[in-house]
Amino acid sequence: MGQSIWESMQQKGYGRREFLQLCTAAAAAAGLDKSAVGQVAHVFEKKEKPAVVWMHFQECTCCSESFIRASHPIVLDALLDVLDLNYSETLMAPSGFQAEKSLSDTIKNNKGKYIVLVEGAVPTKDGGVYCMIGGKTAESILQTVAADAAAIVAWGSCASNGCVQAAKPNPTGATPISKLVNKPVINVPGCPPIADVMMGVITHLLVLGQVPELDSLGRPKEFYGRRVHDTCYRRANYDAGLFVESWDDENARKGYCLYKMGCRGPVTYNACSVVRWNEGTSYPIQSGHGCIGCSEAGFWDNGPFYQHLGSFPGFGIESTADTIGTVVGVATLAGVAAHAVVTNIRKHRVIAEVHTEDMKE
Amino acid sequence: MSTGTQNVFQANGSGPVEYRRVYVWELPVRFYHWINAVALVLLIVTGYLIGAPIRAFYAAEAYQQYWFGWVRFIHFASAFVYVFNFAARIYWGFVGNKYAAWNNFFPITPKQRQEIVDVVKVDVLQVKMHGEISTGHNSLAAFVYFFTFLAFVAQSITGFALYSSMSNSFLPRMFTWIVPLMGGEMGVRHWHHLLMWFFVAFIIVHIYLSFYHDYIEGRGTISSMVGGWKFDRVKSAAEAAETEAKRNWGPGIKWRPAVKGHHKKPTFREPM
Repeated sequence: MGQSIWESMQQKGYGRREFLQLCTAAAAAAGLDKSAVGQVAHVFEKKEKPAVVWMHFQECTCCSESFIRASHPIVLDALLDVLDLNYSETLMAPSGFQAEKSLSDTIKNNKGKYIVLVEGAVPTKDGGVYCMIGGKTAESILQTVAADAAAIVAWGSCASNGCVQAAKPNPTGATPISKLVNKPVINVPGCPPIADVMMGVITHLLVLGQVPELDSLGRPKEFYGRRVHDTCYRRANYDAGLFVESWDDENARKGYCLYKMGCRGPVTYNACSVVRWNEGTSYPIQSGHGCIGCSEAGFWDNGPFYQHLGSFPGFGIESTADTIGTVVGVATLAGVAAHAVVTNIRKHRVIAEVHTEDMKE
Repeated sequence: MSTGTQNVFQANGSGPVEYRRVYVWELPVRFYHWINAVALVLLIVTGYLIGAPIRAFYAAEAYQQYWFGWVRFIHFASAFVYVFNFAARIYWGFVGNKYAAWNNFFPITPKQRQEIVDVVKVDVLQVKMHGEISTGHNSLAAFVYFFTFLAFVAQSITGFALYSSMSNSFLPRMFTWIVPLMGGEMGVRHWHHLLMWFFVAFIIVHIYLSFYHDYIEGRGTISSMVGGWKFDRVKSAAEAAETEAKRNWGPGIKWRPAVKGHHKKPTFREPM
């Protein structure tokens, strides 16, 4: 306790050069200008490093898996080394009683100063029995941990919007973190979120000591401010009207836009097409598959993934608004035609009267 | 046909039938109608294409064409025209003539409500042969327009909400909050698309009924939306008396034609 990042790095055998590299990378990840590197170094030399607890609730750990694949290993190493990651079911050494003690000690000793990273949704149905750790429900653990936290980050779609567990009919009552705690939550949606985005959010908290600017859904604007579509390298094909029309056609081979194949890029806010995945190698659309909108709330309920429009509830999986609309349109036409026929039969006398009026002149 | 059906025209005797010219649709109303018609058709066609685009016809590389870009541009541009045109019509509902007035569109008075019942009987179900013919909107049509106005508003709001992510301008940005409310942009897209079909159905019925009234009544329903004039029959003394009796709404409700099945006691409404 009480160590700064620089002190802790020295202890672990890092030199001044590595420390400055970390500061530069951290400044870049937090979106700061080169001139701010000095200030970052100053903060890292002097400021006590924050304690962190990483909670796992109803989830698949893909967020953790994504996180450890960040493309700037030095920052990642340093983050994992320099953060006081006092509790994380996946990464911590202690287990059982020691693990529980580690969590309660962190909360006790760092009141109002520690950062809570939450992976997974919290099931609320049936008294929360669907996710229990050490005999306690996820919700009660969350409330205990969140009460004195300095900041809460919701990792991934589970914690941000419920993801697959919250898909209809949501049998466990999976609930996003922001709906359970009375504190601002930084939502970092995605299934999983991009490693570099996760790192960027943590770095922002660490370097600037404040919550990044959030949009109306609590997502950091720097990463979730634009749609995948807006920065997609295939966007020019969209504007030109060059679309893939089936997975094995010539258009697919040429890398045209996947809009007609149900790509969710135009309705998905994420940094995939800018930051990309696996050290900037690729992202779904670049690999020839449409975006499924995994960082958007309710994306499981907006399927099928390979249709532009989601299916219309109550009319079978394949029925879209267009199916319903075509039926309505044809029915209207038929109704109108029938009415025209009936009019000529039933109202023939009225029509004749109108014509006799003409004769009267 | 039932023999009991009254023939108001025959009651007029054998003299020439006189019509009075009535200036119903003022110029701004006609402009509104046709701007709205063109904008709606453009919006429906381009909107449908946005949902199910046609591949560009000959381009091999993206830089050679801007086909889908133009489709979208026409959609957005007509949307703005349509919204401001609608706003202008709302204004005209307060300053225009009595046929354009806002209160036409709400069945507030018992007379309006009775007219709705009447129009359903005479024109929709055709169980009654003759009814009073209104000069402007009939109350049923006007009430349906009220629902189209609601659809206008809903379509504008969802449209702007979808557009807001591509725009910095004030008007679309006002509706960003709709998106999370409707469960993300997929949800907004869904409803925006579904409402499009309401307009398709509306246009079919609207055009049909305009021709229907023109055909059945023969007093210039179709041309009125170009020149503004409709033609009202000048009533004979006998007919005027009958209309007057109808206005009394009293128990001596003689104007109800003795059509078969109408022996049930009519329900009476208090006059306003």
